[in-house]
Amino acid sequence: MNLKMATRHALFAILELADHPRAQISSAQIAEKYAISPNHLSKVLRTLVCKGLVEAIRGAGGGYSFVGNAKRVTLLDIILIFEEIGTPPSHKQEPGDDTAEGQALRMVMGEIDAISRATLSSITIDTMLKISRRTPGIGSAVHAL
Amino acid sequence: MPTLAANTEFEIRPAAAADLDAVIHLDTQITAMPKVEYWHGIFERFGRRETDGFFLVATSGEGVLGFVVGEIRAWEFGSDPCGWIFAIEVSPDLRMNKVGTALYAALCANFRKAGVSRIRTMLARDAQLVMQFFRSQGMMAGPFIQLEKELDE
Ligand SMILES: CC(C)(COP(=O)(O)OP(=O)(O)OC[C@H]1O[C@@H](n2cnc3c(N)ncnc32)[C@H](O)[C@@H]1OP(=O)(O)O)[C@@H](O)C(=O)NCCC(=O)NCCS
Repeated sequence: MNLKMATRHALFAILELADHPRAQISSAQIAEKYAISPNHLSKVLRTLVCKGLVEAIRGAGGGYSFVGNAKRVTLLDIILIFEEIGTPPSHKQEPGDDTAEGQALRMVMGEIDAISRATLSSITIDTMLKISRRTPGIGSAVHAL
Repeated sequence: MPTLAANTEFEIRPAAAADLDAVIHLDTQITAMPKVEYWHGIFERFGRRETDGFFLVATSGEGVLGFVVGEIRAWEFGSDPCGWIFAIEVSPDLRMNKVGTALYAALCANFRKAGVSRIRTMLARDAQLVMQFFRSQGMMAGPFIQLEKELDE
């Protein structure tokens, strides 16, 4: 399963901000650490502000901070802001869908989607930070803020 | 959310026969399915064992706050012996006070003492709260997938 670029940016931003609860962090700092485009990241941060997960403080010393509850917000909550997991209810019919084979394929893919959802909804931001702390980064892409 | 008073101490100890009514009451409150015989059976199987099955309760002056049950299973589908945790419940009024964490840690300590180095559990996919709890303890997906089928299909 691959996540869209915007979703990955959002997850990185939330994890970075939640890991520094009292700090104001600029989008440039986050973009640099994760080697991602500052422009794309700014758009994603605007969406997260609209959703009430992130707060932006303007001016000198300003930046972004996480204002959600890290013990309650799950990876799935964030991902669903940017993309569907599995086949959306609005899914349009595709050729072959009506056949027994098409239905069987749907059933098997549905199993995978259900497991993905259960996994992503069981991991809160707080737990994800614990997992990150136990997981070493690779090579030079590890920066401290 | 009620919290345990700051100075309320609770202890984790092996379940005794006298705890069973409170355990059954708590389980009925949580699952809405009274299973009196089942819990007496669990106590018979695990309450009296000390090396490969553990039935622990968290208690304070207020009575039983929660419980956990686990056993060591060996060589299922080729797996090395590992500790299975198959029930954990904390009184709804007293959650988020680390009682679940203390029960989990005590069971892990018993498993470790018994010589196993891995702990496993199986959960309903939609049991989000318990799944979040186990994830917060550092548990990740294991190498097994559960499959099932209606026998008369
Ligand atoms: C799962 C359960 C045992 C947790 O007990 P608890 O005493 O509340 O757990 P703790 O206070 O030790 O919580 C430990 C961690 O679990 C996670 N957690 C617990 N409750 C949570 C909740 N409501 N939402 C999100 N995460 C939660 C948190 O990460 C928490 O970490 P923190 O202490 O740093 O906040 C309890 O909620 C329970 O009994 N649930 C019902 C269980 C059940 O249905 N059993 C039947 C099948 S076995």
